[in-house]
Amino acid sequence: MAKQIPLVDYLELGDDPHLTANECTACGARFFDRRNACASCGKTEFDRVDVSTKGEVRAFTIVAFAAPGIPVPYVAALVDCGGTSVRANLINVEPDPEHVTLGMSVRLVTEVVGTDDHGTEAIGFGFEPLGG
Amino acid sequence: MASDDLWILGIHMTKFGKHPDLDLVDLASEAVLGALSDGGVEMKDMGVIGAGNLMAANAGIGQQLQKQLGQTGIPVYNVANACATGATALRVACMAVKAGETDMGLAFGVEKLSGAGLLSGGNRKGDSGTWEPSGRYGAVAPVDGRIGTEIMPGVFAQIGMEYGHRYGGTSFELFAKISEKNHSHSTLNPLAAYSKKMSLDEIMGDVMIAYPNTRPMCSANCDGAAAAVVVSGSKLKTLSLEQQRRAVKISASILTTDPWEESCQILPDVNTLTRNAANQAYEQAGLGPSDLDLVELHDCFATAELVHYDNLMLCEVGGAVDFFNSGATWRDGSMPVNVSGGLESKGHPIAATGIANVWEVATHLRGEAGDRQIAGARVGMTHVIGLGSACGVHILEKAA
Repeated sequence: MAKQIPLVDYLELGDDPHLTANECTACGARFFDRRNACASCGKTEFDRVDVSTKGEVRAFTIVAFAAPGIPVPYVAALVDCGGTSVRANLINVEPDPEHVTLGMSVRLVTEVVGTDDHGTEAIGFGFEPLGG
Repeated sequence: MASDDLWILGIHMTKFGKHPDLDLVDLASEAVLGALSDGGVEMKDMGVIGAGNLMAANAGIGQQLQKQLGQTGIPVYNVANACATGATALRVACMAVKAGETDMGLAFGVEKLSGAGLLSGGNRKGDSGTWEPSGRYGAVAPVDGRIGTEIMPGVFAQIGMEYGHRYGGTSFELFAKISEKNHSHSTLNPLAAYSKKMSLDEIMGDVMIAYPNTRPMCSANCDGAAAAVVVSGSKLKTLSLEQQRRAVKISASILTTDPWEESCQILPDVNTLTRNAANQAYEQAGLGPSDLDLVELHDCFATAELVHYDNLMLCEVGGAVDFFNSGATWRDGSMPVNVSGGLESKGHPIAATGIANVWEVATHLRGEAGDRQIAGARVGMTHVIGLGSACGVHILEKAA
């Protein structure tokens, strides 16, 4: 199997791929980026916590016009994963408003984004409809 | 008039649209000379300049303007605050006058944006030959289009859709109808970039950018400028009766940023800071939503206008869809919104927008809006939001 690297450092690969967040130990606010301090309370200590891989689509758009090189249409969404908001694409679903709906249940899945000159695969993530 | 009140003494906006033969300084000069002339004052009367331009924010547009119109040695504050840049420049003049540092200040905003295309997410770098984590997310490759979208039509589409998820009632057609309203309003505005009426079918059938926003449902990139002269109440008392009659009171001048909310760093939360700004503005003015005769709000996309009906408390919480469907926000409705045509049709030369909306409201309060005059207008509100985020709200009142 090719060597793999996550597209972003908050994606944990392995048998059970999932997202992780920096959670403020003082107030519980969660962030996906490298932190200098907590934007909610200003404290500086964080725990790395797992984010639920199941969620609900709280908002979406179907992007039809994007920068050169980005395949369109694609579905960009805000997914509520058990109280933690996640930005992601919706994948494995027809990109039209008949198939993508507000409130739909989704789960995290990974996909290969590309392979670099050394044969390493970058693994990204998206959310797909849950069940039927 | 109380001595520490703030007033608009003179104000002007250029025609919005394509101005291939005018540069930034030409456009800014036209707006500033217009505002000075409108107020019956000169550059030498100004004690401060708030200068707004976003796309060339490091070029010192304030000093460039001085070098054409008058180098009087006064302090210039060049400001950039995304789409709230114009309102921020106006705030600078207001703060300086309010603080007593000067009794008269100038604010202007100017932008050259014709043919600019997507302002964010318009380019994506290619993937490198070696995956190497970089940046705050440790990304090995560009993420636009791979982890959601960075294009503004898509970001604001989600903002409108989120409102629909929370309260129900939204649809592609509903958002398109909001755009239909603004494209209808602009037919009466000779300064609008686009003043051709568009039918609902034309709007829904146009090029899809990011569902549910088609092209005419997006703010129109164009060139333009606007400028205002702010004067203290004490100074205004010393000016002519005609200047006093045409002066427009700035009853509230507010700028907010977004307080942290759970999802605000995932999808921009344009709601909380707008609601906060509106609350502060109503309190500062001693007025409420029912006192407003017209509102110019930041319809950078049709999906955004809907949520701001709610955020500015023009309707009940969760009631924006019913409020729009009642016809309230059409120019003959109970709460006319964006009678100028808004950003979708009048156009959105970014830094000019937050002063051009003040010009629109002020022109109605003075009874000088011609064919699109809202009869008897006495109080109006302006609103802009710049992602990042910054929100500017002003409440204006007709001189007594």
